[in-house]
Amino acid sequence: MPGLLLMKYVGEPDRDSVDVYVSTGGYRAAERALKELTPDELVAMVEASGLRGRGGAGFPTGRKWKLTPKREGDTRYLVVNADEGEPGTFKDRTLIEGDPHQILEGVLISAYANGVHKAFIYVRGEMFLGGARLSRALEGAYARGFFGKNIFGTGFDLDVVLHRGAGSYECGEETALLESLEGRRGEPRVKPPYYPAVRGLYDRPTVLNNAETMAHIPHIVALGPDGYKAYGPPVLYSVSGHVMRPGVKELPIGTPLRQIIFEHAGGLRPGRTFKAVFPGGSSAAILTAEYLDTPADFDSLAKIGSMLGSSAIIVMDDTTCIPAVIRRTIEFYRDESCGKCTPCREGSVWLSQVLDRILDGHGRMEDLDLMDSVAQNITGLCLCALGESIPPALRASLRYFRDEYVHHIKTGTCDVAPAPVAAAGGSA
Amino acid sequence: MARVLSPSTLERIARARALYPRAQSALLPALHLAQDQVGYLPPDAMEDVADALGLTLPEVASVASYYTMFFTEPVGRHKIRVCTNLSCYLNGAEEVLHHVCARLNVRPGETTPDGRVLVEAVECLGACEEAPVLLVDEDRRPRVTTTALDELLRGLS
Repeated sequence: MPGLLLMKYVGEPDRDSVDVYVSTGGYRAAERALKELTPDELVAMVEASGLRGRGGAGFPTGRKWKLTPKREGDTRYLVVNADEGEPGTFKDRTLIEGDPHQILEGVLISAYANGVHKAFIYVRGEMFLGGARLSRALEGAYARGFFGKNIFGTGFDLDVVLHRGAGSYECGEETALLESLEGRRGEPRVKPPYYPAVRGLYDRPTVLNNAETMAHIPHIVALGPDGYKAYGPPVLYSVSGHVMRPGVKELPIGTPLRQIIFEHAGGLRPGRTFKAVFPGGSSAAILTAEYLDTPADFDSLAKIGSMLGSSAIIVMDDTTCIPAVIRRTIEFYRDESCGKCTPCREGSVWLSQVLDRILDGHGRMEDLDLMDSVAQNITGLCLCALGESIPPALRASLRYFRDEYVHHIKTGTCDVAPAPVAAAGGSA
Repeated sequence: MARVLSPSTLERIARARALYPRAQSALLPALHLAQDQVGYLPPDAMEDVADALGLTLPEVASVASYYTMFFTEPVGRHKIRVCTNLSCYLNGAEEVLHHVCARLNVRPGETTPDGRVLVEAVECLGACEEAPVLLVDEDRRPRVTTTALDELLRGLS
């Protein structure tokens, strides 16, 4: 492994200072891009790099840029999604707090590549520290002339606005995010026919990319597509749950789950055994030990009915009651559903009621089929990915951990030893 | 004439307004600014925001009620937001929430009678490596223990 790209300086002091970032070679890739490369050359480079969007859907970034019509004189926007909220995901926050100029430099290059002169970064409302650091970073970059008018003397102008959210998971969905940025409730737009690339912010063509995606761009320009690919290409896995060393792990994409969990995240707590894992946030189908050797990439995880998503790996050991975990995820989607479409709004409520019944000891055997049927009637019928995220983990749990549900229904009790709570117990 | 918003808040709203091609885009920033001044968003504050951006009160109220960080009723001076989503849940978040609520004698979503602290159970704060984690106003507290919680609560004025 040739080392770290995105996380190289994360953890060092003062990375939100423009001088510190410049002292380690910062904004040189942007300068080169603006002075020596054409927008078309940049789009081709990003396409050749194989970079896929890091927000969860994994759409090829270069292709997305190509889809954005670039008629002369048309206003286009770049919108960066820093509204990180997928449970278990903390890579964007880590980059924003730890090396925010990387994202800003990516914004500058991407705006130039797409003929954009106004960009918005939508920062999650609860991300107080990240928002403050990004704001300081942007101020510093403006002061050095990296944003504003006539950047690097090339005649290229770009303004960047930080837009703060106000508490809504749904706003991480791209069209809901645009609604929110336009000052409305964060409800998704109906698509097709119009995707943001064609009709996005203020009905103008809009390039909408995730914050981590932006941070990859300067490295692609600096190293060239092949040099960049030699790093894996790299991906940021957020590893948490029942592991000894949780954190963001920058690794070549496709590193097997076992290696990520047991080598890079320090494995399980002493004396515990592995039970299950969410490989891509709570929207992904959970997996059991037999799948631990699966490479954590888009295609391999899709092949076994799960997904890489935002590459948030949440590990559960043998102290975990799976039905209780599933209830927690369903409650989350229920509470965050914007209510616009029926399968999501009603389905999430019904499922959480059935799970309450089972976990309260009043479950019925037919509840298992009932939950599966409700889940099937949500799948493929929602306006956006939030609703579609409800069924996978539930359905996988019914497949892999049916016995646990049955035990709850038959005995009214849980057969899993409750997790020892070191932290809140005060002994830690 | 503004009802409750100060000239300085209105001036900051005007500056936010200038950043966007359309006035309504400044609604979330404006509501943040209004809430920063008043502590919550009473109808008068929302009407001032509506006037400043050329919107109607129902438009503003509809947006304010959608987002969990906007409060249309008075809330505590301090806000403790306990993450209860998966990674924190797996690491004792329920006990953390229970402990805070018991010490302050409130339920999640309630403010102490003296108006000092609001306690909320919130969704993933995106700091799962610090589980169980919570926010005290704008500061994140990682891997909270009951001892740390008691100290933290004593420190809130």
